Amino acid sequence: MPEFLDDFLFTYQTLIYALGVNGLLALSMYVVLALGQLSLGQAAFMGLGAYVSALLTVKLGLPFPLVLLAAMLAPALAALCVGAPTLRLSGVYLALATIGLGEVQRIFFINSELTGGALGLSGIPTKGGLISIYGSLALALIAFAFVARSKIGRAMEAMREDELAAGALGVDLPAYKLGALVVSAMLAGLAGALNAHVSSFISPNDYGFDAAVTILSFALLGGIGSPFGPVLGAFILTLLPEVLRPLADYKTVVNGSIIVLAVIFMPRGLLAWRMGRAGAATGRPK
Amino acid sequence: MSEPKMSEPLLSLRDLRIGYGGATEAVKGVSLEVRAGAVVCLIGANGAGKTTILRCLSGLLRPRGGSVHFKGRDIGGMAAHRIAALGLVQAPEGRQVFANMTIAENLRMGAWLLKDRAEEARRRDMVLTRFPRLSERIRQLAGLLSGGEQQMLAMGRAMMADPQMLLLDEPSMGLAPLFVEEIFRIIAELKAEGRTILLVEQNAQAALDIADHAYVLQSGRIELSGPAAEIARNEKVVAAYLGG
Repeated sequence: MPEFLDDFLFTYQTLIYALGVNGLLALSMYVVLALGQLSLGQAAFMGLGAYVSALLTVKLGLPFPLVLLAAMLAPALAALCVGAPTLRLSGVYLALATIGLGEVQRIFFINSELTGGALGLSGIPTKGGLISIYGSLALALIAFAFVARSKIGRAMEAMREDELAAGALGVDLPAYKLGALVVSAMLAGLAGALNAHVSSFISPNDYGFDAAVTILSFALLGGIGSPFGPVLGAFILTLLPEVLRPLADYKTVVNGSIIVLAVIFMPRGLLAWRMGRAGAATGRPK
Repeated sequence: MSEPKMSEPLLSLRDLRIGYGGATEAVKGVSLEVRAGAVVCLIGANGAGKTTILRCLSGLLRPRGGSVHFKGRDIGGMAAHRIAALGLVQAPEGRQVFANMTIAENLRMGAWLLKDRAEEARRRDMVLTRFPRLSERIRQLAGLLSGGEQQMLAMGRAMMADPQMLLLDEPSMGLAPLFVEEIFRIIAELKAEGRTILLVEQNAQAALDIADHAYVLQSGRIELSGPAAEIARNEKVVAAYLGG
Protein backbone atom coordinates (compact mmCIF):
# COMPACT_ATOMS: atom_id res chain seq x y z
CA MET A 1 0.00 0.00 0.00
CA PRO A 2 1.42 3.43 -0.92
CA GLU A 3 2.44 5.46 2.08
CA PHE A 4 0.07 8.39 1.50
CA LEU A 5 -2.91 6.02 1.30
CA ASP A 6 -1.78 4.34 4.48
CA ASP A 7 -1.58 7.71 6.21
CA PHE A 8 -4.95 8.72 4.86
CA LEU A 9 -6.60 5.52 6.06
CA PHE A 10 -5.00 5.85 9.47
CA THR A 11 -6.02 9.51 9.92
CA TYR A 12 -9.60 9.03 8.79
CA GLN A 13 -10.02 5.44 9.95
CA THR A 14 -12.91 6.14 12.31
CA LEU A 15 -14.76 8.18 9.73
CA ILE A 16 -14.27 5.56 7.02
CA TYR A 17 -15.64 2.85 9.30
CA ALA A 18 -18.55 5.06 10.31
CA LEU A 19 -19.49 5.68 6.65
CA GLY A 20 -19.74 1.97 5.95
CA VAL A 21 -21.61 1.13 9.16
CA ASN A 22 -24.07 3.99 8.65
CA GLY A 23 -24.57 2.85 5.05
CA LEU A 24 -25.62 -0.55 6.36
CA LEU A 25 -27.94 1.04 8.92
CA ALA A 26 -29.49 3.20 6.20
CA LEU A 27 -30.20 0.06 4.16
CA SER A 28 -31.77 -1.60 7.19
CA MET A 29 -34.10 1.42 7.43
CA TYR A 30 -34.77 1.27 3.69
CA VAL A 31 -36.15 -2.30 3.76
CA VAL A 32 -38.89 -1.27 6.17
CA LEU A 33 -39.72 2.12 4.62
CA ALA A 34 -39.74 0.59 1.13
CA LEU A 35 -43.05 -1.09 1.89
CA GLY A 36 -44.53 1.83 3.76
CA GLN A 37 -43.80 0.73 7.32
CA LEU A 38 -42.13 2.85 9.96
CA SER A 39 -39.81 1.23 12.48
CA LEU A 40 -37.86 3.20 15.06
CA GLY A 41 -36.09 0.11 16.32
CA GLN A 42 -33.05 0.22 14.05
CA ALA A 43 -30.81 1.52 16.85
CA ALA A 44 -32.12 -1.13 19.23
CA PHE A 45 -31.47 -3.92 16.72
CA MET A 46 -28.02 -2.47 16.15
CA GLY A 47 -27.37 -2.37 19.90
CA LEU A 48 -28.53 -5.95 20.33
CA GLY A 49 -26.17 -7.07 17.58
CA ALA A 50 -23.33 -5.05 19.11
CA TYR A 51 -23.79 -6.44 22.63
CA VAL A 52 -24.35 -10.04 21.55
CA SER A 53 -21.27 -9.97 19.33
CA ALA A 54 -19.08 -8.22 21.90
CA LEU A 55 -20.06 -10.68 24.64
CA LEU A 56 -19.48 -13.71 22.42
CA THR A 57 -16.06 -12.41 21.41
CA VAL A 58 -14.93 -11.23 24.84
CA LYS A 59 -16.39 -13.91 27.10
CA LEU A 60 -16.46 -16.98 24.86
CA GLY A 61 -13.83 -16.16 22.24
CA LEU A 62 -15.98 -17.54 19.41
CA PRO A 63 -14.71 -17.20 15.83
CA PHE A 64 -15.71 -13.92 14.17
CA PRO A 65 -18.00 -15.31 11.40
CA LEU A 66 -19.99 -17.21 14.03
CA VAL A 67 -20.20 -14.06 16.15
CA LEU A 68 -21.57 -12.10 13.18
CA LEU A 69 -24.15 -14.78 12.54
CA ALA A 70 -25.34 -14.63 16.15
CA ALA A 71 -25.40 -10.84 15.96
CA MET A 72 -27.85 -11.12 13.09
CA LEU A 73 -30.02 -13.87 14.55
CA ALA A 74 -30.60 -12.23 17.94
CA PRO A 75 -32.17 -9.04 16.50
CA ALA A 76 -34.10 -11.17 14.00
CA LEU A 77 -35.68 -12.96 16.94
CA ALA A 78 -36.45 -9.64 18.66
CA ALA A 79 -38.02 -8.39 15.41
CA LEU A 80 -40.25 -11.46 15.24
CA CYS A 81 -41.40 -10.91 18.83
CA VAL A 82 -42.23 -7.23 18.28
CA GLY A 83 -43.44 -7.59 14.71
CA ALA A 84 -45.79 -10.55 14.88
CA PRO A 85 -48.31 -8.93 17.25
CA THR A 86 -48.04 -5.36 15.89
CA LEU A 87 -47.91 -5.80 12.11
CA ARG A 88 -51.59 -6.56 11.83
CA LEU A 89 -52.14 -3.00 12.99
CA SER A 90 -51.27 -0.11 10.75
CA GLY A 91 -48.16 2.06 10.59
CA VAL A 92 -47.73 4.00 13.78
CA TYR A 93 -48.13 1.04 16.13
CA LEU A 94 -44.98 -0.61 14.83
CA ALA A 95 -43.09 2.65 15.35
CA LEU A 96 -44.34 2.86 18.95
CA ALA A 97 -43.60 -0.78 19.70
CA THR A 98 -40.06 -0.49 18.36
CA ILE A 99 -39.41 2.65 20.41
CA GLY A 100 -40.55 0.63 23.41
CA LEU A 101 -38.23 -2.21 22.51
CA GLY A 102 -35.30 0.21 22.33
CA GLU A 103 -36.04 1.68 25.75
CA VAL A 104 -36.54 -1.68 27.44
CA GLN A 105 -33.30 -2.93 25.97
CA ARG A 106 -31.36 0.21 26.94
CA ILE A 107 -32.53 -0.03 30.54
CA PHE A 108 -31.64 -3.71 30.60
CA PHE A 109 -28.12 -2.96 29.34
CA ILE A 110 -27.71 -0.22 31.96
CA ASN A 111 -28.77 -2.47 34.82
CA SER A 112 -27.29 -5.81 33.88
CA GLU A 113 -23.95 -6.95 35.30
CA LEU A 114 -23.39 -9.07 32.23
CA THR A 115 -23.42 -6.09 29.87
CA GLY A 116 -21.22 -3.92 32.05
CA GLY A 117 -23.99 -1.59 33.20
CA ALA A 118 -23.94 2.09 32.28
CA LEU A 119 -20.20 1.93 31.62
CA GLY A 120 -20.74 -0.50 28.78
CA LEU A 121 -18.29 -3.01 27.44
CA SER A 122 -14.72 -2.06 26.67
CA GLY A 123 -11.66 -3.83 25.37
CA ILE A 124 -13.49 -5.46 22.47
CA PRO A 125 -10.72 -6.84 20.22
CA THR A 126 -10.47 -5.32 16.74
CA LYS A 127 -11.81 -7.67 14.11
CA GLY A 128 -13.23 -7.36 10.64
CA GLY A 129 -12.52 -3.79 9.64
CA LEU A 130 -12.64 -2.29 6.17
CA ILE A 131 -13.17 -5.45 4.18
CA SER A 132 -15.99 -6.86 6.34
CA ILE A 133 -17.78 -3.52 6.56
CA TYR A 134 -17.58 -2.50 2.92
CA GLY A 135 -18.00 -6.09 1.73
CA SER A 136 -21.28 -6.36 3.69
CA LEU A 137 -22.41 -2.98 2.43
CA ALA A 138 -21.70 -3.90 -1.19
CA LEU A 139 -23.40 -7.28 -0.89
CA ALA A 140 -26.48 -5.81 0.78
CA LEU A 141 -26.69 -3.02 -1.78
CA ILE A 142 -26.45 -5.42 -4.72
CA ALA A 143 -28.99 -7.79 -3.20
CA PHE A 144 -31.46 -4.97 -2.55
CA ALA A 145 -30.99 -3.56 -6.04
CA PHE A 146 -31.91 -6.95 -7.49
CA VAL A 147 -34.93 -7.28 -5.21
CA ALA A 148 -36.09 -3.75 -6.08
CA ARG A 149 -36.04 -4.64 -9.77
CA SER A 150 -37.91 -7.89 -9.27
CA LYS A 151 -41.55 -8.82 -8.88
CA ILE A 152 -41.05 -8.66 -5.11
CA GLY A 153 -39.83 -5.08 -5.47
CA ARG A 154 -42.98 -4.23 -7.39
CA ALA A 155 -45.13 -5.66 -4.60
CA MET A 156 -43.16 -3.65 -2.04
CA GLU A 157 -43.70 -0.45 -3.99
CA ALA A 158 -47.37 -1.27 -4.42
CA MET A 159 -47.70 -1.69 -0.65
CA ARG A 160 -45.98 1.65 -0.08
CA GLU A 161 -48.39 3.37 -2.45
CA ASP A 162 -51.60 1.70 -1.39
CA GLU A 163 -51.47 -1.12 1.08
CA LEU A 164 -55.14 -2.04 0.83
CA ALA A 165 -55.11 -2.19 -2.96
CA ALA A 166 -51.98 -4.36 -2.89
CA GLY A 167 -53.58 -6.71 -0.38
CA ALA A 168 -56.78 -6.96 -2.39
CA LEU A 169 -54.72 -8.01 -5.42
CA GLY A 170 -53.27 -10.91 -3.49
CA VAL A 171 -50.07 -9.60 -1.86
CA ASP A 172 -49.62 -11.33 1.51
CA LEU A 173 -49.24 -8.16 3.57
CA PRO A 174 -48.36 -9.64 7.00
CA ALA A 175 -45.72 -11.94 5.51
CA TYR A 176 -44.08 -9.09 3.61
CA LYS A 177 -44.11 -6.75 6.58
CA LEU A 178 -42.69 -9.30 8.96
CA GLY A 179 -40.11 -10.45 6.43
CA ALA A 180 -38.94 -6.89 5.85
CA LEU A 181 -38.67 -6.19 9.57
CA VAL A 182 -36.64 -9.34 10.18
CA VAL A 183 -34.24 -8.60 7.29
CA SER A 184 -33.95 -5.04 8.55
CA ALA A 185 -33.14 -6.23 12.09
CA MET A 186 -30.49 -8.64 10.80
CA LEU A 187 -28.75 -5.89 8.83
CA ALA A 188 -28.83 -3.51 11.77
CA GLY A 189 -27.47 -6.26 14.02
CA LEU A 190 -24.66 -6.91 11.57
CA ALA A 191 -23.85 -3.19 11.45
CA GLY A 192 -23.79 -3.12 15.25
CA ALA A 193 -21.44 -6.09 15.48
CA LEU A 194 -19.06 -4.75 12.82
CA ASN A 195 -19.05 -1.36 14.52
CA ALA A 196 -18.41 -2.84 17.98
CA HIS A 197 -15.35 -4.67 16.67
CA VAL A 198 -13.73 -1.57 15.22
CA SER A 199 -14.52 0.83 18.04
CA SER A 200 -13.43 -1.41 20.95
CA PHE A 201 -16.02 0.16 23.26
CA ILE A 202 -19.84 0.19 23.39
CA SER A 203 -22.29 1.67 25.87
CA PRO A 204 -26.08 1.52 26.27
CA ASN A 205 -26.72 5.14 25.31
CA ASP A 206 -25.15 4.67 21.87
CA TYR A 207 -28.33 2.88 20.81
CA GLY A 208 -31.08 5.11 22.15
CA PHE A 209 -33.83 7.11 20.52
CA ASP A 210 -31.41 9.74 19.12
CA ALA A 211 -29.61 7.07 17.15
CA ALA A 212 -32.92 5.70 15.85
CA VAL A 213 -33.93 9.12 14.54
CA THR A 214 -30.51 9.68 12.96
CA ILE A 215 -30.84 6.38 11.09
CA LEU A 216 -34.31 7.39 9.91
CA SER A 217 -32.93 10.70 8.65
CA PHE A 218 -30.36 8.87 6.48
CA ALA A 219 -33.19 7.28 4.51
CA LEU A 220 -35.38 10.39 4.45
CA LEU A 221 -32.59 12.59 3.16
CA GLY A 222 -31.46 10.11 0.53
CA GLY A 223 -34.91 9.03 -0.62
CA ILE A 224 -36.29 5.53 -0.84
CA GLY A 225 -36.93 5.25 -4.58
CA SER A 226 -33.94 2.91 -4.77
CA PRO A 227 -31.59 1.37 -2.17
CA PHE A 228 -28.86 3.78 -3.31
CA GLY A 229 -30.71 6.80 -1.90
CA PRO A 230 -30.47 5.87 1.79
CA VAL A 231 -26.77 5.00 1.46
CA LEU A 232 -26.12 8.37 -0.16
CA GLY A 233 -28.07 10.00 2.68
CA ALA A 234 -25.99 8.15 5.26
CA PHE A 235 -22.73 9.20 3.60
CA ILE A 236 -23.78 12.85 3.47
CA LEU A 237 -25.04 12.98 7.06
CA THR A 238 -21.91 11.21 8.31
CA LEU A 239 -19.53 13.49 6.40
CA LEU A 240 -21.43 16.70 7.07
CA PRO A 241 -20.33 17.15 10.72
CA GLU A 242 -16.70 16.62 9.63
CA VAL A 243 -16.97 19.10 6.77
CA LEU A 244 -18.68 21.61 9.05
CA ARG A 245 -16.05 21.24 11.75
CA PRO A 246 -14.64 24.78 11.17
CA LEU A 247 -18.04 26.17 12.21
CA ALA A 248 -17.37 24.79 15.68
CA ASP A 249 -20.35 25.53 17.93
CA TYR A 250 -22.68 26.26 15.02
CA LYS A 251 -21.99 22.87 13.46
CA THR A 252 -25.15 21.14 14.71
CA VAL A 253 -27.32 24.13 13.83
CA VAL A 254 -26.18 24.06 10.21
CA ASN A 255 -26.40 20.28 10.15
CA GLY A 256 -30.00 20.39 11.34
CA SER A 257 -30.93 23.21 8.97
CA ILE A 258 -29.64 21.23 6.00
CA ILE A 259 -31.86 18.30 6.96
CA VAL A 260 -34.92 20.53 7.41
CA LEU A 261 -34.36 22.26 4.06
CA ALA A 262 -33.81 18.95 2.28
CA VAL A 263 -37.03 17.51 3.64
CA ILE A 264 -39.02 20.62 2.70
CA PHE A 265 -37.64 21.12 -0.79
CA MET A 266 -36.89 17.52 -1.71
CA PRO A 267 -39.64 15.47 -0.08
CA ARG A 268 -38.74 12.45 -2.18
CA GLY A 269 -35.10 12.64 -1.13
CA LEU A 270 -31.90 13.65 -2.88
CA LEU A 271 -32.05 10.62 -5.10
CA ALA A 272 -35.68 10.65 -6.22
CA TRP A 273 -34.89 8.38 -9.15
CA ARG A 274 -36.66 5.05 -8.88
CA MET A 275 -35.33 1.82 -10.19
CA GLY A 276 -36.45 0.50 -13.54
CA ARG A 277 -38.05 -2.87 -13.64
CA ALA A 278 -38.58 -5.60 -16.19
CA GLY A 279 -41.90 -5.11 -17.93
CA ALA A 280 -42.33 -1.52 -16.73
CA ALA A 281 -42.55 -0.26 -20.29
CA THR A 282 -44.60 -2.94 -21.98
CA GLY A 283 -46.13 -5.01 -19.24
CA ARG A 284 -44.86 -8.10 -21.01
CA PRO A 285 -43.71 -10.69 -18.50
CA LYS A 286 -40.19 -11.90 -19.23
CA MET B 1 -62.09 -26.82 -2.45
CA SER B 2 -65.70 -27.76 -3.04
CA GLU B 3 -67.24 -26.38 -6.19
CA PRO B 4 -70.66 -24.90 -5.56
CA LYS B 5 -73.70 -26.72 -6.90
CA MET B 6 -75.61 -24.92 -9.65
CA SER B 7 -78.39 -23.95 -7.29
CA GLU B 8 -76.08 -22.35 -4.75
CA PRO B 9 -75.23 -18.67 -5.15
CA LEU B 10 -71.57 -17.83 -5.83
CA LEU B 11 -71.62 -15.23 -3.08
CA SER B 12 -73.98 -15.08 -0.17
CA LEU B 13 -74.14 -12.70 2.77
CA ARG B 14 -76.25 -13.66 5.79
CA ASP B 15 -77.15 -11.02 8.33
CA LEU B 16 -73.76 -9.36 7.86
CA ARG B 17 -72.88 -6.75 10.44
CA ILE B 18 -69.81 -4.51 10.25
CA GLY B 19 -68.64 -1.72 12.53
CA TYR B 20 -65.67 0.60 12.75
CA GLY B 21 -65.03 0.35 16.47
CA GLY B 22 -67.35 1.72 19.14
CA ALA B 23 -70.95 0.67 19.34
CA THR B 24 -72.18 2.10 16.04
CA GLU B 25 -72.50 -0.27 13.13
CA ALA B 26 -72.15 0.88 9.54
CA VAL B 27 -73.79 -2.29 8.27
CA LYS B 28 -76.63 -3.60 10.42
CA GLY B 29 -77.51 -7.07 9.21
CA VAL B 30 -77.37 -7.34 5.44
CA SER B 31 -78.33 -10.47 3.52
CA LEU B 32 -77.56 -10.63 -0.17
CA GLU B 33 -76.92 -13.20 -2.90
CA VAL B 34 -75.07 -13.16 -6.19
CA ARG B 35 -75.46 -16.09 -8.57
CA ALA B 36 -72.81 -17.10 -11.08
CA GLY B 37 -73.12 -15.14 -14.31
CA ALA B 38 -75.35 -12.46 -12.81
CA VAL B 39 -74.77 -8.73 -12.50
CA VAL B 40 -76.11 -7.56 -9.17
CA CYS B 41 -76.17 -3.94 -8.15
CA LEU B 42 -76.17 -2.43 -4.72
CA ILE B 43 -77.46 1.11 -4.72
CA GLY B 44 -77.92 3.61 -1.94
CA ALA B 45 -77.02 7.09 -0.80
CA ASN B 46 -73.65 8.25 0.45
CA GLY B 47 -72.88 6.66 3.81
CA ALA B 48 -75.41 3.86 3.44
CA GLY B 49 -72.63 1.31 3.94
CA LYS B 50 -71.99 0.20 0.35
CA THR B 51 -68.22 0.60 0.38
CA THR B 52 -68.04 -0.89 3.87
CA ILE B 53 -69.67 -4.08 2.59
CA LEU B 54 -67.24 -4.33 -0.33
CA ARG B 55 -64.25 -3.77 1.94
CA CYS B 56 -65.45 -6.57 4.16
CA LEU B 57 -65.91 -8.87 1.14
CA SER B 58 -62.29 -8.16 0.11
CA GLY B 59 -61.01 -8.99 3.58
CA LEU B 60 -60.06 -5.41 4.41
CA LEU B 61 -62.54 -5.24 7.30
CA ARG B 62 -63.63 -7.97 9.68
CA PRO B 63 -67.33 -8.66 9.99
CA ARG B 64 -68.77 -8.13 13.46
CA GLY B 65 -71.48 -10.69 12.94
CA GLY B 66 -73.22 -12.80 10.35
CA SER B 67 -71.49 -14.69 7.57
CA VAL B 68 -70.00 -14.28 4.12
CA HIS B 69 -69.74 -17.33 1.86
CA PHE B 70 -67.95 -17.37 -1.48
CA LYS B 71 -67.99 -20.58 -3.52
CA GLY B 72 -69.41 -22.28 -0.45
CA ARG B 73 -66.50 -21.22 1.77
CA ASP B 74 -66.78 -18.95 4.76
CA ILE B 75 -64.58 -15.96 3.89
CA GLY B 76 -65.66 -13.66 6.74
CA GLY B 77 -62.47 -12.31 8.32
CA MET B 78 -60.19 -14.21 5.93
CA ALA B 79 -56.96 -12.36 4.95
CA ALA B 80 -57.29 -10.19 1.84
CA HIS B 81 -54.69 -12.08 -0.19
CA ARG B 82 -56.43 -15.40 0.42
CA ILE B 83 -59.78 -14.02 -0.72
CA ALA B 84 -58.14 -12.66 -3.87
CA ALA B 85 -56.63 -16.10 -4.45
CA LEU B 86 -60.12 -17.62 -4.30
CA GLY B 87 -61.14 -15.45 -7.25
CA LEU B 88 -63.02 -12.58 -5.62
CA VAL B 89 -61.31 -9.39 -6.78
CA GLN B 90 -62.21 -5.76 -6.27
CA ALA B 91 -61.62 -2.67 -8.37
CA PRO B 92 -61.63 -0.25 -5.45
CA GLU B 93 -63.44 3.04 -5.08
CA GLY B 94 -61.56 6.25 -5.72
CA ARG B 95 -59.52 4.53 -8.40
CA GLN B 96 -56.73 3.35 -6.18
CA VAL B 97 -54.15 2.82 -8.86
CA PHE B 98 -50.45 2.78 -8.00
CA ALA B 99 -49.75 6.35 -9.06
CA ASN B 100 -45.96 6.13 -9.26
CA MET B 101 -45.93 2.99 -11.35
CA THR B 102 -46.43 2.76 -15.08
CA ILE B 103 -49.69 1.46 -16.50
CA ALA B 104 -47.85 -1.70 -17.51
CA GLU B 105 -46.66 -2.26 -13.93
CA ASN B 106 -50.12 -1.64 -12.52
CA LEU B 107 -51.45 -4.35 -14.80
CA ARG B 108 -48.67 -6.72 -13.79
CA MET B 109 -49.62 -6.15 -10.13
CA GLY B 110 -53.12 -7.31 -11.07
CA ALA B 111 -51.67 -10.66 -12.10
CA TRP B 112 -49.66 -10.90 -8.87
CA LEU B 113 -50.97 -14.38 -7.98
CA LEU B 114 -50.45 -15.77 -11.46
CA LYS B 115 -47.32 -17.86 -12.01
CA ASP B 116 -47.90 -18.67 -15.68
CA ARG B 117 -46.15 -15.99 -17.78
CA ALA B 118 -47.83 -16.97 -21.05
CA GLU B 119 -51.24 -16.67 -19.43
CA GLU B 120 -50.28 -13.29 -17.99
CA ALA B 121 -49.30 -12.06 -21.46
CA ARG B 122 -52.59 -13.35 -22.85
CA ARG B 123 -54.64 -11.52 -20.21
CA ARG B 124 -52.62 -8.38 -20.70
CA ASP B 125 -53.37 -8.39 -24.42
CA MET B 126 -57.04 -9.01 -23.64
CA VAL B 127 -57.17 -6.09 -21.20
CA LEU B 128 -55.35 -3.76 -23.59
CA THR B 129 -57.74 -4.70 -26.41
CA ARG B 130 -60.64 -3.83 -24.16
CA PHE B 131 -59.05 -0.57 -23.01
CA PRO B 132 -57.22 0.86 -26.05
CA ARG B 133 -56.55 4.09 -24.14
CA LEU B 134 -54.34 2.17 -21.73
CA SER B 135 -52.51 0.57 -24.61
CA GLU B 136 -51.59 3.97 -26.02
CA ARG B 137 -50.11 5.08 -22.70
CA ILE B 138 -48.65 1.88 -21.45
CA ARG B 139 -45.34 3.49 -20.36
CA GLN B 140 -46.94 6.43 -18.58
CA LEU B 141 -47.17 6.75 -14.82
CA ALA B 142 -50.68 5.89 -13.67
CA GLY B 143 -50.85 9.09 -11.60
CA LEU B 144 -50.73 11.16 -14.79
CA LEU B 145 -53.90 9.63 -16.23
CA SER B 146 -57.27 11.35 -16.14
CA GLY B 147 -59.89 10.14 -13.67
CA GLY B 148 -61.70 8.11 -16.30
CA GLU B 149 -58.50 6.50 -17.48
CA GLN B 150 -57.53 5.65 -13.92
CA GLN B 151 -60.90 3.96 -13.47
CA MET B 152 -60.25 1.93 -16.62
CA LEU B 153 -56.84 1.00 -15.27
CA ALA B 154 -58.35 -0.08 -11.94
CA MET B 155 -60.83 -2.28 -13.81
CA GLY B 156 -58.15 -3.58 -16.16
CA ARG B 157 -55.92 -4.38 -13.20
CA ALA B 158 -58.72 -6.35 -11.58
CA MET B 159 -59.35 -8.16 -14.89
CA MET B 160 -55.70 -9.25 -14.94
CA ALA B 161 -56.57 -11.55 -12.05
CA ASP B 162 -59.28 -13.14 -14.24
CA PRO B 163 -61.59 -13.16 -11.22
CA GLN B 164 -64.55 -15.49 -10.83
CA MET B 165 -66.38 -12.54 -9.43
CA LEU B 166 -65.61 -8.86 -9.87
CA LEU B 167 -66.47 -6.25 -7.26
CA LEU B 168 -66.82 -2.78 -8.73
CA ASP B 169 -66.97 0.05 -6.22
CA GLU B 170 -68.52 3.22 -7.64
CA PRO B 171 -66.87 2.93 -11.04
CA SER B 172 -68.59 6.06 -12.36
CA MET B 173 -67.88 8.30 -9.37
CA GLY B 174 -66.58 11.74 -10.29
CA LEU B 175 -66.24 10.96 -13.99
CA ALA B 176 -67.24 13.07 -16.98
CA PRO B 177 -70.49 11.86 -18.63
CA LEU B 178 -68.65 10.53 -21.65
CA PHE B 179 -66.47 8.35 -19.45
CA VAL B 180 -69.47 7.18 -17.42
CA GLU B 181 -71.02 5.97 -20.65
CA GLU B 182 -67.88 4.18 -21.67
CA ILE B 183 -67.43 2.51 -18.27
CA PHE B 184 -71.00 1.19 -18.36
CA ARG B 185 -70.52 0.01 -21.95
CA ILE B 186 -67.53 -2.02 -20.72
CA ILE B 187 -69.53 -3.44 -17.80
CA ALA B 188 -72.20 -4.47 -20.33
CA GLU B 189 -69.53 -6.23 -22.38
CA LEU B 190 -68.28 -8.07 -19.31
CA LYS B 191 -71.84 -9.10 -18.53
CA ALA B 192 -72.32 -10.39 -22.08
CA GLU B 193 -69.24 -12.55 -21.58
CA GLY B 194 -70.99 -14.16 -18.64
CA ARG B 195 -68.90 -12.60 -15.89
CA THR B 196 -70.30 -12.33 -12.38
CA ILE B 197 -70.26 -8.78 -11.07
CA LEU B 198 -71.34 -7.06 -7.88
CA LEU B 199 -71.69 -3.41 -8.78
CA VAL B 200 -71.91 -0.74 -6.14
CA GLU B 201 -73.16 2.56 -7.51
CA GLN B 202 -74.60 5.94 -6.70
CA ASN B 203 -75.63 6.33 -10.32
CA ALA B 204 -78.76 4.25 -9.71
CA GLN B 205 -80.26 4.73 -13.17
CA ALA B 206 -77.27 3.34 -15.04
CA ALA B 207 -76.75 0.56 -12.49
CA LEU B 208 -80.39 -0.58 -12.65
CA ASP B 209 -80.32 -0.54 -16.45
CA ILE B 210 -77.46 -2.99 -16.54
CA ALA B 211 -78.12 -5.25 -13.54
CA ASP B 212 -80.19 -8.41 -13.35
CA HIS B 213 -80.94 -8.02 -9.68
CA ALA B 214 -80.79 -5.06 -7.35
CA TYR B 215 -80.54 -4.32 -3.65
CA VAL B 216 -81.27 -0.92 -2.16
CA LEU B 217 -79.22 -0.14 0.93
CA GLN B 218 -80.26 2.51 3.41
CA SER B 219 -78.49 3.29 6.68
CA GLY B 220 -76.82 -0.10 6.79
CA ARG B 221 -79.94 -2.14 6.01
CA ILE B 222 -81.44 -3.58 2.83
CA GLU B 223 -84.63 -1.62 2.20
CA LEU B 224 -85.68 -3.33 -0.99
CA SER B 225 -84.53 -6.06 -3.30
CA GLY B 226 -85.69 -7.74 -6.44
CA PRO B 227 -85.21 -7.92 -10.19
CA ALA B 228 -83.56 -4.70 -11.35
CA ALA B 229 -86.38 -3.82 -13.74
CA GLU B 230 -88.92 -4.01 -10.91
CA ILE B 231 -86.78 -1.96 -8.55
CA ALA B 232 -86.41 0.68 -11.26
CA ARG B 233 -90.21 1.03 -11.32
CA ASN B 234 -90.65 1.12 -7.56
CA GLU B 235 -92.13 4.44 -6.47
CA LYS B 236 -89.90 4.93 -3.48
CA VAL B 237 -86.78 4.21 -5.51
CA VAL B 238 -87.88 6.53 -8.29
CA ALA B 239 -88.49 9.29 -5.77
CA ALA B 240 -85.29 8.81 -3.79
CA TYR B 241 -82.69 7.76 -6.35
CA LEU B 242 -83.96 8.29 -9.86
CA GLY B 243 -85.10 11.88 -9.47
CA GLY B 244 -88.70 11.05 -10.48
